Amino acid sequence: MGRKLLLEHAGVEGIRYYDAYRKKGGYASVEKALKMTPEAIVEEVKKSGLRGRGGAGFPTGLKWSFIAKPEGVPRHLVCNADESEPGTFKDRYLMEFIPHLLIEGLIVSSFALGSNTTYIYIRGEYAWIPDILEQAIAEAKVNGWLGKNILGSGFDCEIYVQRGAGAYICGEETALIESLEGKRGNPRIKPPFPAIKGLWDRPTVVNNVETLTAIVPVINLGGEEYAKIGVGRSTGTKLISACGNINKPGVYEIDMTISVEEFIFSDEYCGGMANGKKLKACIPGGSSVPILPANLLLKTAKGETRYMNYESLSDGGFATGSMMGSGGFVVLDEDQCVVKHTYTIARFYRHESCGQCSPCREGTGWMEKILKNIDTGKGKMSDIDLLWDIQGKIEGNTICPLGDAAAWPVAAAIRHFRDEFEWHVRNPEECLRRNFGLAHYADPLEAVA
Amino acid sequence: MAEEKKLFKVTIDNITVEVEPGTTILNAARQIGGEVTPPAMCYYSKLKGSGGKCRTCLVEVAAGSTADPRPMPKLVASCRTTVMDGMIVKNITSDRVLEAREGVVEFLLINHPLDCPICDQAGECDLQDLSYSHGTEGTRFEFQKRTFIKHNLGPYIQLHMTRCILCYRCVYVADQLTSKRVHGILDRGDRAEIATYIEKALDNDFIGNVIDVCPVGALTDRTFRFKNRVWFTKPVKAHRNCSKCCGKVHAWLRGDEILRVTGRKDQWGEVEDWICNECRFEKKNLTDWEIEGPADINRHSVISQGHYSGKIGTTKPTETFPNIMNGRQPKLLMDIHSVSEVNPPDLNLAAIPGPAHSGDFEEKKEISDKQ
Amino acid sequence: MEFSEEKLKKVSEIIARYPEGKQKSALLPVLHLAQEQFGWLSVETMDYVAALLSLEPVEVYEVATFYSMYNLEPVGKYLFEVCQTGPCMINGSDDIIAYIGERLGITPGETTADGLFTLKTVECLGACGYAPMMQLGKHYREHLTKDKVDAIIEECRNNAAANN
Repeated sequence: MGRKLLLEHAGVEGIRYYDAYRKKGGYASVEKALKMTPEAIVEEVKKSGLRGRGGAGFPTGLKWSFIAKPEGVPRHLVCNADESEPGTFKDRYLMEFIPHLLIEGLIVSSFALGSNTTYIYIRGEYAWIPDILEQAIAEAKVNGWLGKNILGSGFDCEIYVQRGAGAYICGEETALIESLEGKRGNPRIKPPFPAIKGLWDRPTVVNNVETLTAIVPVINLGGEEYAKIGVGRSTGTKLISACGNINKPGVYEIDMTISVEEFIFSDEYCGGMANGKKLKACIPGGSSVPILPANLLLKTAKGETRYMNYESLSDGGFATGSMMGSGGFVVLDEDQCVVKHTYTIARFYRHESCGQCSPCREGTGWMEKILKNIDTGKGKMSDIDLLWDIQGKIEGNTICPLGDAAAWPVAAAIRHFRDEFEWHVRNPEECLRRNFGLAHYADPLEAVA
Repeated sequence: MAEEKKLFKVTIDNITVEVEPGTTILNAARQIGGEVTPPAMCYYSKLKGSGGKCRTCLVEVAAGSTADPRPMPKLVASCRTTVMDGMIVKNITSDRVLEAREGVVEFLLINHPLDCPICDQAGECDLQDLSYSHGTEGTRFEFQKRTFIKHNLGPYIQLHMTRCILCYRCVYVADQLTSKRVHGILDRGDRAEIATYIEKALDNDFIGNVIDVCPVGALTDRTFRFKNRVWFTKPVKAHRNCSKCCGKVHAWLRGDEILRVTGRKDQWGEVEDWICNECRFEKKNLTDWEIEGPADINRHSVISQGHYSGKIGTTKPTETFPNIMNGRQPKLLMDIHSVSEVNPPDLNLAAIPGPAHSGDFEEKKEISDKQ
Repeated sequence: MEFSEEKLKKVSEIIARYPEGKQKSALLPVLHLAQEQFGWLSVETMDYVAALLSLEPVEVYEVATFYSMYNLEPVGKYLFEVCQTGPCMINGSDDIIAYIGERLGITPGETTADGLFTLKTVECLGACGYAPMMQLGKHYREHLTKDKVDAIIEECRNNAAANN
C-alpha cells in the first residue's frame, strides 16, 4: 500500500464535517503554521519540492517566493478549482468529500502569502460543491480558524467561493483572474505575471486545489520529510483520476514510485482492463498531453519500466514520452478509435478557445473540421500532413497554453497512430460502419495480459 | 546637471539601436524602420492595452540581454515585449519567424473572404498588404467560411463582421475615446464577433475613429462606401477650426469633390490624431476646409499610383507605357465585364451579404436583384 | 423585472466580498442568480443586472455570451446537458445522446413541444470516471444507461405533474 497523505481519512464517516475532521487531527497544520513566520513557511514549501498539481508542475515554493510585497497593497491567494481538463476529476473529489482539507491548506497558504481575502474559483458546472465548501468555511469560522485574529496570531483571513459559468479557459491563471473580476475569460498577455499584478492589479498567487491541500502534510511533516516521499523531483503524493476502459475508474493517491503497469493492472488501483480487453493506448495526464501506445506507455523507448512520476512519464520527450500533466489518466482499449477520440478532443479545444489570438481561434476550428472529415470517411491522405502542419503552427505561437494543449494531442495521435489515420482514408465506408481503429497497437501487450 | 538617462542597446536583424528602457521590441524596430519592423495587425500605439492578439509581430529573441544572454524558447509578441540592454532580436533574418508568420497569415485568411476586388477596403487594407508580404499563394482551407450578415451601426458606420480579424482596436477606441461603449466582443472562440447584441447605433462624437483603426474592411464609412476606389481618389492634407477635435485631416478628393475624410495616417498606418464625427462625416464641401497640399503616401501604395510627388518617395515614375513600348499606345484587350460569369455589370456585389462564392451565384443574384 | 427580496439580499452579500468599487466581480454570480429566478437571460434581465452593478449593458452581454452555462434563449424546464468529450465518448455517450433524442423526439439543441425538456450536448464536465453522464439542474447524473435515462425522464415528468 502506498502512503496516503491527502486521502488518508477519506473513508472516515462524516469526514466532510468539522467534528470528524478535527478528531482525525485536522487543522493541526494551522496551529503549527501560525507560530512560524510566513517566510519560514515558504521555506518549508520550497524544501518539500512540491510541484503545482494543476498541470504545469511548477515548484510551488518558488512561485510563492515571487509574490511582490509593495507597501500598503493587499495581496491575494486564489484557489484554482476550475478543474476542466478532460480526464481530470480529482479536485472535485477533494472538495466534495474532504472540504476541510482544502480550507485548512488555504488558511496556512493565505498566512504564508499575506492574503487576508482568499477566493476559491470553482467551475460553474460543479454547482453543488460551493454549498459544501461554504458550509466547511462556516464551520471553520465558528471554530475560530477563520475571521479576525486567528488563534490570537493577529492574522485575519476570509475565504469566499466564486462560481465560474462554463469555460475551460478559466483554468489558465490569468483568465481565471479576469473571470473573477467579472470579465470574459481572456488570458492576459504576460508579463506582468500575477505575482506582480494579478487580481485587481494586486500581487496574486493562483494555485490548484490539490497543491493547496498538499500544503497541509508539508507543514505537518516538515518540508524535508515530505520530500523523502516519492522519487527525484517528484516528491510527495499525487492524485490520479483514472477513467476509460478500466475495471475501477476513480481517484487514487499514489506516491509516484509505482510503475504505470502496476497502476493499470493491480487491484489496488485501476484493477486491469474492463471486459478482458487489451490495452491499446493511454493519455496519462489529461487530454492535452500526448497519447502513448501501449508499448511506449509501459516501457520507455530505452526499454526501461515507466513509472507514474513527472520525470519518467516525460522520458523521451514528446517523441516517445508524455507528461504527468493534471493526472487525468484516460485508458483506451483495443476497440477504441484514436481518430475519433482525437476528434472529440479537438472539438473540445475548439469549443473552449477564447478566440483572442488568431492561431488558436482559427487553428482549433480548422483541425476539428479536418478530423471530423477523416473520422467520417471523407478525409484525404494529404489531410494528415495538413493537420501536422497546422498543429505545428499553433504550438508555441499563442498567448496562453491552450494553443499547445490543442496542438499536442493531434500531433501525438498522428505521430504514434499514423496508419490508423491512413486506414480511415483508405476505408471510408468501413470506418463509418464501425467505431474502432486498428487493434494491432495493442499487440505488444500480449505479454502483460 | 541633468542626469543622463541610460539607454538600452538592442540589435534587431543585425542593426543596433539605442532606446529608452520600457520601449517594446516593435517600437525599437520602428525607430530603425524599413523591413526590420514587424507587421502589426492588432497593436496600435495610441490605444492603451492593444496588441498581443494577432501574433503577426512574433519575433525570435536570440539573446535576452547582456546580463542573461540566454535565448527565449518561444517566439514573442514584439508589440508587448520590452527590450533589455543587449537584447538580440531576429525578425526577417529568422526562418522560424517567417514560418510562424506565414502560419498566422494563413489562420487570419481561412475565414476571411478572398474577394478583395469587391471589398471597399481594397488598396488600403493591412491584411491585403500582409498577405502579399508574408502569406503564401493559394489556400489549403476547403470548408465553408464563417459568415455574418452586415449591420449598420447607425447612419455612418457599417459593420461587416465576416471581414473582421478580431483585433479589438475598435473596442479600445470606444473605451478610451468615448464615455459609453455599446459594442463589444460577443461569444467566444471562432464564433466570437464584434456586435452590439441588440440593434444599437454607435453614437458618439469620436466613434467614427473605429473606421480608421480597423485594419480590414469590417468597419467602413457609410458616407463613402462604394463611392469610389481609394486609388482613384487623391488624398490631401486639410484642416479646419473644429471645437471638438484637432481638425487636421486627410480629405480624399475626386476632382473637386470631397468623397471622404479620415484622420491623418503616419507611415505605420496609425492616425496622428483622432478626429470627430462632424469633421469626418459632415464636412464634405471644399469650402469647409483649408487645403494644405498633397498627403504623404508611400509610393509603394496603390493609392500613390500616377498621382503626384510628395515627401515619402512619391516621385512619379518617369517611364510611361508609350516610352517603354516604343511609342505604342496601351490597348484595351478585353472588357472583363463582357465575359465574366461572376461579375457581370448588372450584379450589385455590394448588396450581397457575405462573401461571394461562385457556387451560390444564382441565389445571390436574386438577392441583389431584389435590392 | 426585479429580483426577489431574498435574491437582492444575496446580491449585496456577494458584492461585499470584493473591495470597494470592484462590484463588477459580482457579475458571474449575479447572472447565475438571475438565471435561477428567470430561467434564462433575456436582454431585459441582462440590462437589469447591468443597472444593479452599475455596468454598461454591453459589458454584461460580453460576459453572458462568453460562458456556456448562461442560457440566452428560453430552455425547457428540464435541461439535459450530456457530455460528449473523449472519456465519455469511449464509454458510449453517443448512444446515450441518441437514445435521449429518440425518447424525447428531439435532437441536440431542441426543446420538446410541451416545453418540458431541452437536450444539449456539452464538453467535458469533469466526471470522466463516472461516464457516461449528464448535468440536470444543479446535479450530475452519472453512469448513464438506457434504463437510467428512462427513469430520469419518468422522474422529471412526475415532478412536473406534481408541481402543476
